[in-house]
Amino acid sequence: MMQFMLLFSRQGKLRLQKWYVAHPDKLKKKITRELITTILARKPKMCSFLEWRDLKIVYKRYASLYFCCAIEQEDNELLTLEVIHRYVELLDKYFGSVCELDIIFNFEKAYFILDELLLGGEIQETSKKNVLKAIAAQDLLQEEETPQGFFEDHGLG
Amino acid sequence: MLGYPAHFGQLECLKLIASQKFTDKRIGYLGAMLLLDERQDVHLLITNCLKNDLNSTTQFAVGLALCTLGAIASPEMARDLASEVERLMNSPNAYIRKKAALCAYRIIRRVPELLEIFLPATRSLLSEKNHGVLITGVTLITEMCQNSPDTLEHFKKIVPNLVRILKNLILAGYSPEHDVSGVSDPFLQVKILKLLRVLGRNDAEASEAMNDILAQVATNTETSKNVGNTILYETVLSIMDIKSEGGLRVLAVNILGRFLLNNDKNIRYVALNTLLKTVHVDTSAVQRHRSTILECLKDPDVSIRRRAMELSFALVNPQNVRTMMKEMITFLEKSDAEFKAQCSAGIIHAAERFAPNKKWHLDTLLKVIIAAGNYVRDDVITCMIQLISESTSQQGYITLQLWKALQDDKIDKQPLIQVATWAIGEYGDLLLTVSIEDMDMVRPTEDEVIEVYQRLLWSPQNSATTKQYTLLSLTKLSTRFINSNPKIQQIVSSFCSSLHIELQQRGVEFTQLFGKHGNLRAALLERMPPMELVRQETDAQANGDSEQLETKSDDSPKHTNNESNALLDLLGSDSSDLDVIKTTNTTTQAVTNSNNQDLLDLLGGLDVSPSIPTTDTGLNLISENNNPSIPFNNTNSNFLTGDFFSTNTNTIKEKDVPTLTAFERNGLKITFALEKLPEASNTLSINVTATNTTLSNMTDFLFQAAIPKTFQIQMLSPSGTVLVPNGEITQVLRVMNPNKNVLKMRVRISYTIDGTTVQEQTEVNNFPNTIWD
Repeated sequence: MMQFMLLFSRQGKLRLQKWYVAHPDKLKKKITRELITTILARKPKMCSFLEWRDLKIVYKRYASLYFCCAIEQEDNELLTLEVIHRYVELLDKYFGSVCELDIIFNFEKAYFILDELLLGGEIQETSKKNVLKAIAAQDLLQEEETPQGFFEDHGLG
Repeated sequence: MLGYPAHFGQLECLKLIASQKFTDKRIGYLGAMLLLDERQDVHLLITNCLKNDLNSTTQFAVGLALCTLGAIASPEMARDLASEVERLMNSPNAYIRKKAALCAYRIIRRVPELLEIFLPATRSLLSEKNHGVLITGVTLITEMCQNSPDTLEHFKKIVPNLVRILKNLILAGYSPEHDVSGVSDPFLQVKILKLLRVLGRNDAEASEAMNDILAQVATNTETSKNVGNTILYETVLSIMDIKSEGGLRVLAVNILGRFLLNNDKNIRYVALNTLLKTVHVDTSAVQRHRSTILECLKDPDVSIRRRAMELSFALVNPQNVRTMMKEMITFLEKSDAEFKAQCSAGIIHAAERFAPNKKWHLDTLLKVIIAAGNYVRDDVITCMIQLISESTSQQGYITLQLWKALQDDKIDKQPLIQVATWAIGEYGDLLLTVSIEDMDMVRPTEDEVIEVYQRLLWSPQNSATTKQYTLLSLTKLSTRFINSNPKIQQIVSSFCSSLHIELQQRGVEFTQLFGKHGNLRAALLERMPPMELVRQETDAQANGDSEQLETKSDDSPKHTNNESNALLDLLGSDSSDLDVIKTTNTTTQAVTNSNNQDLLDLLGGLDVSPSIPTTDTGLNLISENNNPSIPFNNTNSNFLTGDFFSTNTNTIKEKDVPTLTAFERNGLKITFALEKLPEASNTLSINVTATNTTLSNMTDFLFQAAIPKTFQIQMLSPSGTVLVPNGEITQVLRVMNPNKNVLKMRVRISYTIDGTTVQEQTEVNNFPNTIWD
């Protein structure tokens, strides 16, 4: 089971975090800080896995963004790389060549997509098409609820 | 959230969740997942909201609720909502079914007792076409099987189903929906393989049923991409874990061997990791890939190098020890500092186990201490000295080799200098006479040797311990060399005014051997008889004891000197153990006495004359007992423990000492040994012994004790404040109990481990009442 997933930038700024285990905020912060410094210090020649406490950390860099997952001992680290890749592909499809800014400004979408791919730290859907279909349907539902011209009226359009 | 505080938003999230609008719900649940953890009171409120939404008619509202439950389910929540989730697992909607299955998975993980509720609904998940439901079903079953052996039995019969699903996946043509670079749904394949592994473990019948499919997966999977290797990796794990056929295992190890040649460092890493796990099961299959593994020692990635090193050591056996060690020494020479300690320890261990002969063993050790410099562990010095002493036929050869190494003296190789000076001191005469026919070397002259010694002794970079070794060695050389006595005498006497007190003492003592007591010199400095020790035991002891020495005085040199073990050996096992004195024979008694004199002597300043008889007794005793060498370190260790013995010698004569464990937590154990002082019947002396069974140093160790007012307590100073792994600290408490009340004690312990400060408090009430009678 994946215990948590972190997205952070080359500068060490956390962009997205998803926890599948309950930790107090303080511990989460500590873990995050520790992992970000460890991973940013690693050279590109090094492999994508590290052992950290009793977990295996799998990370991969896409452009300026690091995707980092913590999995348990019996999990398959190569598969986790595939999961990360799948998530990036989904973001890419959804946003149309995704960049860090998309995730900063539309972080809720990034979370929604992740929630359709993973649930409770395990993969729930292996088909890209189904994930995107579910997201699109929910977006549509949202749009229908929002009255026409709502954003324009509030000067947000 | 996004680096900003957002905890105040929890209640807002609840309001949003309760809203009718899907937009609000979606954001509300997102907030709930991000902001709540299990310890929040709002959980009760959110459980109600979840319950409502789980019964909603909109599939996406149900989906959101399930997703939230899966992320933040606490045990209470899991109990409250398990039945809802079970109902949803039978929903006609695949979108909801898959989410419900994973929710069930999550609930079982939190509360394993709830497993039974979900059993009936689980079977049908496997007959699905939808991959989402299939993969979640497989995940759920895997978790169930790992949780209870009964369920594992129950699911044994689905092996054929799983095999069929897997077969379809491999053989099915291209399906764009689930394809990942040419492999059909690797996620599902991996999950199924994992479940097969769980089902086939320790079960010959189930393993038999899956042999074929595993072989098929292993041979049919495309390996050019990461996905293919992912599946192969999982297959290998499964093959290794179940009771598979021999041929299949060889196939699996070969796959790993191929992985080692892969360009992708990640794959090389998992291969080494897996081989490391399997090497003990099937060494011969792994042996075949030895050269590839050795190749990985040159990998640019540190973690791969580390794995490869560990694996290489696991592969050493009597047949390949020569070649392997050659490789490992090359690796040691080139490796980074962080590897040196571990690698040298590994080589030494392997050499000890598999050495084909003594000469080779000595050569290897020599190479290690040259290559690893200061990184070698302290016990290596002892080990090597002992080995040299043991192998009488090689002494001349190895002394010459050490001499050669010593000539290009490097300050970062203190262990080398120590061993070399020891050997030259012992076998200095051989150094000048050894036959050098088959060696490409020149015999040194006496002057050359003395010159090097002079350099070593004067160099400010050498540690005090090294100088102690050197000085003694030099003194010994005075009986080995013929023409250099005046020069040696001059050097030794120059240490009479050394600022370092240990060196000064040696300087003064040895000078006496050249003057007044010159007649004793030859006999005292005679070559030691070969030490034939039971290696394992003495080594372990040497470690512990030397570390103990270290904790006792801060300026005490960091080294293991076999001479002090020999003494401690002679004393029994553990110098702080009070039984020691009971078993004391006259010899130790004498040593103890001489300690006290030494102590006095040291305190009494530089008056030399009284120390001479003392030292002489010490020396004689030691040579009688075949004590290997350098006597002054005995004085050192005795001095350190001296006051300890003197405080206790008179107290423990008559009765057994009751001990009790006062505290044991986090690898720290504190025991009390209780004794009554014979001269004062109401005074109890408690010997506190703290031992550290963790792997880290405990520093700033402080033991405090408080007792009721009717008692009086006197605490003597502890033996140290640093508790090394397996080391111990002792401290004596004296408790006066004029009213003979029942003793209670509150103890506070504080120390720093791995940078964090730990404070513990405990009460000790189990003092035996009889102690006051």
